[in-house]
Amino acid sequence: MFLDTFVLLSSNADSGFLSSLNQRLNLGDIIATVVFFTLLMLLLKKFAWGPLMGIMDQRAEMIANEIEAAEQSRLDSQKLLEEQRALLKEAHANAQSIVENAKKQGEAQREELIQTTRAEVARMKDNAALEIATEKEKAIAAVREEFVSLSIMAASKVLGKEVSEEDNRALIEETIVKAGEGR
Amino acid sequence: MEHKNPNLDLFGISFNPANILMLFVTCLIVFIIAVLSTRRMQMKPTGMQNFMEWIMDFVKGIIKNNMDWKTGGRFHVLGITLIMFVFVANMLGLPFSIQWDGYLWWKSPTADPVITMTLAATVIILTHFYGVKMLGVKGYFKTYAQPMPFLAPLKIIEEFANTLTLGLRLYGNIFAGEILIGLLATLAAGSFGGFIGAIVPALAWQGFSIFVGAIQAFIFVMLTMVYMSHKVTTDH
Repeated sequence: MFLDTFVLLSSNADSGFLSSLNQRLNLGDIIATVVFFTLLMLLLKKFAWGPLMGIMDQRAEMIANEIEAAEQSRLDSQKLLEEQRALLKEAHANAQSIVENAKKQGEAQREELIQTTRAEVARMKDNAALEIATEKEKAIAAVREEFVSLSIMAASKVLGKEVSEEDNRALIEETIVKAGEGR
Repeated sequence: MEHKNPNLDLFGISFNPANILMLFVTCLIVFIIAVLSTRRMQMKPTGMQNFMEWIMDFVKGIIKNNMDWKTGGRFHVLGITLIMFVFVANMLGLPFSIQWDGYLWWKSPTADPVITMTLAATVIILTHFYGVKMLGVKGYFKTYAQPMPFLAPLKIIEEFANTLTLGLRLYGNIFAGEILIGLLATLAAGSFGGFIGAIVPALAWQGFSIFVGAIQAFIFVMLTMVYMSHKVTTDH
């Protein structure tokens, strides 16, 4: 039909081109097709494709952003994890040293306590020994005194006369000391 | 099977009102589908929006096969509209055709060569337009001398051949499909035995026609983009 028209047109092109074209070809249809199609394309661009493309671009952008954000947060959490790990290590080391210190300190304290106790005990022992010695001395002195008196009393009885205690005390005491040494 | 086309003379120009009607119906259906499916758009697409986005991506894929997206992006709207329009037009004649007083009123608009040739010529003219626009007049004429200057006559013939094949391929496929459906329908309407005999091939042929209609819509858009890329890019 189309081709026929062209062939026929070329044979009598001179007898009113448009009218002869019009008789054989639906010029109106051609115009209508172009107009309809163009109109449809423009309307769809405005009402359907435009918004749809917009939202698709928007989505692509959003996805890109989300990926970027996810990457960023992954890096952040990685960094945070490293930090926490370091902190934990540090805390571990701290705790270790604290325990060590406490142990050392306890040891020192114990040593010191033992030392002081020991010193105290020694001091008390010395005191006790000193006291005992003093008491012994005292007791010996008392016994000696008693013995002197008794000896004088016995001597006065034996001699029958009053022996002056004051005159002979020195002598007697010397005797007693000698006797004590001889025993 | 014999039918006449209605004719109407308006402002000294002859129209085929049946064509106008079917073009209008096609445009209406495409517009309604497109607008309905993009009414409530969401970031997370559902239902029809998914379908539309699939079509958009499909056409995008066709364009990307032929040229880089920076050049081809501007033809996206043309491609989507074209594929929807041609597909819906191909489908319209499948379920039935309506004749009134021997005049054929309801059919596929693409079963008329005037319409398919108009679409093809529009596309080819657009390729030339964009060729001049994007490469400049000098660049545009240079494409005729590629790859060899002595092939220029062939390149010129190719332009007309492209137009003819693009339009007539679509017309031939759809028109043949409608003729066969019409024959089967005539057979089915003739007698009870004819109905029984026609039902299986009619079903098969209608299914096949849907396939052909979809394929032809795809081929039409594909070739549009191929011709476009020949005109707007130089590296070939």
